[in-house]
Amino acid sequence: MIPELGHLALILALCLAVAQAGFGLIGPWRKQLIWMSVARPAAVAQAGFVILAFAALAYAFLTNDFSVQYVADNSNTALPWPYRITAVWGAHEGSLLLWVTVLGLWTIAVARFSRHLPLELVSRVLGVLGVISIGFLLFMLFTSDPFTRLLPPVEQGRDLNPILQDPAMAIHPPMLYTGYVGFSVAFAFAIAALLGGRMDAAWARWSRPWTLVAWLFLTFGITLGSWWSYYELGWGGWWFWDPVENASFMPWLVGTALVHSLVVTEKRGAFKSWTALLAIAAFSLSLLGTFLVRSGVLISVHAFATDPKRGIFILGMIAVFVGAALTLYAWRSPTLSSGGGFKPFSRETLLLLNNILLVVAAGAVLLGTLYPLVLDALDLGKLSVGPPYFKAVFIPIMLPFLVLIGIGPYVRWKRGDSRDTLRAVRISAAVTLLLAVVCIALAGSQTSLMLVIGIVLGIWAILSALREPIHRLRARHDGRHITLPRGMIGMSLAHLGAGVLVLGITITSILGVEEDRVMSPGDTASVAGYQFKFDGVHNVQGPNYQADQGVFHVMRNGSEVTTMLPEKRQFTTTVTTEAAIDPGLFRDIYVALGNPLDNGAWSVRLQYKPLVRFIWLGGVFMMLGGILAASDRRYRRNAPQAEFDTSAAKPAEPDSEVVTENRE
Amino acid sequence: MKLRYLGYTLPILVLVALLALFSRGLFLNPRVVPSPLIGKAVPVFSLPRLDAPTQTFTQDEFKGKVALLNVWATWCVACRDEHEALVQFAKQNVIPIYGLDYKDERQSALDWLAKEGDPYTAVAFDATGDVAINWGVYGAPETFLLDKHGIIRHKYIGPLTQDIIQHDLLPRIQKLEQAGS
Repeated sequence: MIPELGHLALILALCLAVAQAGFGLIGPWRKQLIWMSVARPAAVAQAGFVILAFAALAYAFLTNDFSVQYVADNSNTALPWPYRITAVWGAHEGSLLLWVTVLGLWTIAVARFSRHLPLELVSRVLGVLGVISIGFLLFMLFTSDPFTRLLPPVEQGRDLNPILQDPAMAIHPPMLYTGYVGFSVAFAFAIAALLGGRMDAAWARWSRPWTLVAWLFLTFGITLGSWWSYYELGWGGWWFWDPVENASFMPWLVGTALVHSLVVTEKRGAFKSWTALLAIAAFSLSLLGTFLVRSGVLISVHAFATDPKRGIFILGMIAVFVGAALTLYAWRSPTLSSGGGFKPFSRETLLLLNNILLVVAAGAVLLGTLYPLVLDALDLGKLSVGPPYFKAVFIPIMLPFLVLIGIGPYVRWKRGDSRDTLRAVRISAAVTLLLAVVCIALAGSQTSLMLVIGIVLGIWAILSALREPIHRLRARHDGRHITLPRGMIGMSLAHLGAGVLVLGITITSILGVEEDRVMSPGDTASVAGYQFKFDGVHNVQGPNYQADQGVFHVMRNGSEVTTMLPEKRQFTTTVTTEAAIDPGLFRDIYVALGNPLDNGAWSVRLQYKPLVRFIWLGGVFMMLGGILAASDRRYRRNAPQAEFDTSAAKPAEPDSEVVTENRE
Repeated sequence: MKLRYLGYTLPILVLVALLALFSRGLFLNPRVVPSPLIGKAVPVFSLPRLDAPTQTFTQDEFKGKVALLNVWATWCVACRDEHEALVQFAKQNVIPIYGLDYKDERQSALDWLAKEGDPYTAVAFDATGDVAINWGVYGAPETFLLDKHGIIRHKYIGPLTQDIIQHDLLPRIQKLEQAGS
């Protein structure tokens, strides 16, 4: 009964989505006030029914209702109950329902927090979100209904894929989807502005917090995914350039560009059509990600069960959504004014460079991801490009980017003054060089060019991010009236995160040690100054698995550091590797069991990973920066303000203090 | 002015190109990877039998008949999906199906076959996966079709289904049976 109600809720949601899209989009066109006011309640009701459907599926999982095919395929009675909830999005149908549910939550948020915006705009934004809901609800109802019954029901379900039975993996998809789907709001704002022909600073200011929130969730989701693959896949890697990882990374890169270009549009009224294009691109890449994961055109460790019918449907959806958006863009954006002019040395120029680098990086990732498909489609053979391609292309693009990150905030809008900028960055530049020399001296014989560059750029980004808040705090300490707006602190924190991330990546990749050994009980192996004594393997019984647990005593300089217990878990049908990790802020030690060999010996992977935590710490800093920036007071003002000039004069602007003092 | 408009329509052109690429991609199967071993004799190997560790299983087993070699393991989810199809096919008694149990545990493999049905004429037990490497196996399940002279004629990657067996494998088998008679 409950599953049928869930199914019915989806159908009702579809009907309401049609109302939401129809009234929302046609209302402003026909200037029908009443139609426009229907969009909001229709949107909220639509989202409500989707959430109801989600609850129905969750209920079916919690009560082990194996008469539902999807439940029987992805859960069984031995599964601990928190994982029965997360099993809802453990496979294709349910994760699609999660997608639509997240879209519903975003829709409710937009409906709730947009009361101060012009009705026409809100109505269009909700209308566009309604169109997206229609697409995905149709997709679900026609090709991927999670409520299909399995009659007669089975006694016991299959197990949830064991590698998904993990806390981080359980919340990874919702975070990632919140980011992906969040770009649909930025997209909807861009389309609404293009439709209304009003693409101004106010539009940029309204989209900014939404874009930031989507971006920070995506940042968190990617960070979480990277951390998860580090400890769960058992290889000690943290990024694989897998097509599905790339599918989340491309919208992130474009989203990062969008976050920056929105600033220019808001403050200076420039880059309008470019910003609109980025908003369309970020969402399109989210859709593309969905397509790549679900259509089976690319092989990936993440790929869901594939079905060409689904691929065709998503492709059609991309064609309609993105095609319509880009047509609208091509039609409307030539009429937009180009906004304020600027000199070659100005913050606008630097942000433009930032955008170009990020978009080129996203393009390079797209090319690498699709290259195998292109060759195959042209019958040129089968080939895949691996990490070497991505490293060769991506790193050179990121180097100038990291130089810019330390300069950009200290260059004035419109017309920069190189002396002011130089004065602002000289201390951080000097300290960077000093610290880099120290680090290189410490690294000794392991020094390489990439190590030097990575350390220099990482420290550079961190120090120049710190400079502005410290400067302001000192000025305030001196009794001057200087504000510390959250937007500015958020930016500094995010830039700091980028620096921390770069340090982590550089040092782990270059100074990390990884050794595969064959060890018998009693053997001791020495890696990077740590001695690993292997005390054999014994059996452990888990709630729904059996495990071989290895015992390793780790010593350093004769004193015991820790005891590590890596496991090889045998689920109903699958074996997973649970690596044992002794974490530390500055280094991780990592032990994973490979395969059993003769006489109790095992193949073992031992790793020493310096600063690996910095990679995720950097991601967390970026996310926190996003939270701070999105919660800036300016976005919570109630009255809409159309002119960018007024806001540009506010002290809340995250400008450097040098600039504030010298303002004309 | 013309050039300006071209800039604005460029994104659409990119989209159209990508859509064309994807729609072509949907009808390609990335799992069909040509194996360099096709047309070559099966690699030489010697492995213990799964059910009888003292007996050996070598490439000579394949001599003189068209046969399938299915690479599987109990830890492999997709193998579970194809198992029923294999059992059904074995019942038809068309050609012998050999198994290569890959990186597995003997007891769980035996339990599994006892429970789910055993479609295999004989199973070689490759605990370390070394032999599978020589066969160019990069994941289970994979299925090789061998001719009467022990030459690899076809390789299928991924779980077999009734449909694939009927419409892809059977015609190939019939061709091979006729060819060598």
